Amino acid sequence: MNPSQQGTIVRESISGRGPPQCWQRRYRVCKFIMPQYRHSFGVRSFVFDDLKTLLAKAGPRRSGDELAGVAADSDEERMAARYALADVPLRTFLEDPVIPYEQDEVTRLICETHSRAAFQPVASLTVGQFREWLLSYDTDAVQLAGVAPGLTPEMVAAVSKLMRNQDLILVARKCQVTSRFRNTLGLPGRMAVRIQPNHPTDDPVAIAASILDGLCYGCGDAVIGINPATDNVDNTILLIRLIGDLIDRYEIPTQSCVLAHVTTSLRAMNQGAPVDLVFQSIAGTEAANTSFGVNLSLLAESQAAALSLKRGTVGDNVMYFETGQGSCLSAGAHHGVDQQTLEARAYAVARHFRPLLVNTVVGFIGPEYLYDGKQIIRAGLEDHFCAKLLGVPMGCDVCYTNHSEADQDDMDTLLSLLGMAGCNYIMGVPGADDIMLNYQSTSFHDIHFLRQSLGLRPAPEFEDWLLRNGIMNQDLQLQPVARGHRLLQSPHDRH
Amino acid sequence: MNRVTPDSWSDLRGMTAARIALGRSGGSLPTAELLDFGLAHARARDAVKAPFDVQKLLADLQSAGLSSLVLRSAVENRDDYLRRPDWGRRLSESSRQQLVATASLGPFDLCCAISDGLSSRATDHAIAVLAPLHVLLMSEGWRIAPIAVVPFGRVAIQDEIGEYLGATLSLMLLGERPGLGSPDSLGAYFVHHPRVGKSDADRNCVSNIRPAGLPPAAAVATLHYLLNAARTRGISGVTLKDERLLAARDPSTERARFRANP
Repeated sequence: MNPSQQGTIVRESISGRGPPQCWQRRYRVCKFIMPQYRHSFGVRSFVFDDLKTLLAKAGPRRSGDELAGVAADSDEERMAARYALADVPLRTFLEDPVIPYEQDEVTRLICETHSRAAFQPVASLTVGQFREWLLSYDTDAVQLAGVAPGLTPEMVAAVSKLMRNQDLILVARKCQVTSRFRNTLGLPGRMAVRIQPNHPTDDPVAIAASILDGLCYGCGDAVIGINPATDNVDNTILLIRLIGDLIDRYEIPTQSCVLAHVTTSLRAMNQGAPVDLVFQSIAGTEAANTSFGVNLSLLAESQAAALSLKRGTVGDNVMYFETGQGSCLSAGAHHGVDQQTLEARAYAVARHFRPLLVNTVVGFIGPEYLYDGKQIIRAGLEDHFCAKLLGVPMGCDVCYTNHSEADQDDMDTLLSLLGMAGCNYIMGVPGADDIMLNYQSTSFHDIHFLRQSLGLRPAPEFEDWLLRNGIMNQDLQLQPVARGHRLLQSPHDRH
Repeated sequence: MNRVTPDSWSDLRGMTAARIALGRSGGSLPTAELLDFGLAHARARDAVKAPFDVQKLLADLQSAGLSSLVLRSAVENRDDYLRRPDWGRRLSESSRQQLVATASLGPFDLCCAISDGLSSRATDHAIAVLAPLHVLLMSEGWRIAPIAVVPFGRVAIQDEIGEYLGATLSLMLLGERPGLGSPDSLGAYFVHHPRVGKSDADRNCVSNIRPAGLPPAAAVATLHYLLNAARTRGISGVTLKDERLLAARDPSTERARFRANP
């Protein structure tokens, strides 16, 4: 079914600061007459008032969309939405933004950075045809990388809604997105790990112990990154120096990060702190980002500050972002758009700042957004797929909370599927138990399951370091780290 | 053949509650650690699912000399509670009527509510917090409303309760999301001038109240300090800080400790 009525009234710019020319030409626009989408099964007819409604109803059943009141009312309506969505031309997503240009700087970013040249290979396709194009033998990593700047988050969210889990895995696996700072992340056949040594009181000794545990288990190539319990400048600088001292002392080819608010990192840099990566949680709408206390110009300012430190040795990707479905709804900033489409919009924000690391914290938000293991697994695959297709170096915090209908078996399933899908990195939390954030993620042991079962190797520079230090052998097997090993001389022999 | 390779750095385990130096079989968890994790998760899940024994809590409140009343949120069962946080923030209509009647006993400087939240086990610590706090505040002349017990409540339901009672401050104790090692963690939230629509930035939180976390007696001291500060200054939320805590938590002393006491 094609959209039955496309509005054709040209919207005049009221403020004089309307959409840029490329969009004024195409955005002929008009939502004075709502374009409707329809599909009929025999005598049963389903009507969807606009594109965001169609997208929301086409998504798989999800507690957060039900909470927002945007989900399909029945499984049949869900399938009607998918039939209708399959026939929507990709161009429609350029003409009809799900959140108005005038209301949202993320929409403006998406529009203004869209490359018409890159879009050309898929410009004539519908969403359903785009799925087939993605799955085709002829579409390879080079073509996918080429088309990425021509894709918008809404396009990739739309196609993901038509895709089965196996499609999401297969296409993501074809995408290759690499990023560099002190090592190279995202190469085929490799998966990195963030050491996440959080502690409820930011106790430096306890944190150092967790970091050493992770290093001895061959983890830490993605980043050694602490979520601080206390977000202030002094504490942040203390923790940055703690990780930095370890990295320097053992010449570890990796990077540090304290996941404080971006304004805290800016102040730390102003005070001369050796900041490798600037972290920020981001979301897919301007209003949700405002609730996080950030906007695009603040992110740009922090990126410029981190770049000016020139601390990377093999690259200058200096940003680290975390995202997660449901954050916009949680902030009351969802504009009636489904949580998965909004999540994809966050990746448009991320890619603009050429990040080293981006990961969804997929099951952290709780069952009111992702109810159980099935919903968490699906969301993790969607998030990874959408980000990779948009050109974002995507990892995943494979995780759940104790009030979700999920357990470590569900995490093993998602972990395995992300391993197949070529996910850039996962989390390494001691024993998978984050004692500060009170949720379960993946552990230092979990990556060895993937190394053994799928042959996934660490980042090349880090792999060399592990081999040189006798922590892992060529067969990706851990080696016993003896008491006299130089890693274990810290922190005991410090000072 | 070694089935388990122990980690030579197991002495570091004394430095943190994190699950470090677990050892490995190949690269995987030894069976003992696998079971230990499974037990912790089972306890946390049981804490989420355990029914809230309202009658027992009411009896305990009475024994402690505290008068109470039972309110209902718009949630009727555990599944709705998890799926619909918005319903857990609203009172049932009959509870509103009940509060209108209770308000006539006022005016109140403080109203208090207890909910199972995400861990009914956590409410076991509620009396240990409320009873001494009640005594302290009453001795200072506070007028305190009967304690409201609200199954399936979310934090923000304190706004509506406080608004109906016309209380200056609204305090809520409820079970927090259970962690693996902390299935019984109680949280205390309060807001000044409670009105429907207050944001989280308007609230103060004292979290992780349990014997192995922030002991109830310490929570009482903190709440006593903060509630008095909130009442005196007429504020709550991000602008109201625990100045005592800031003084005690100087990062430079922690840095020194790291250097001196590895």
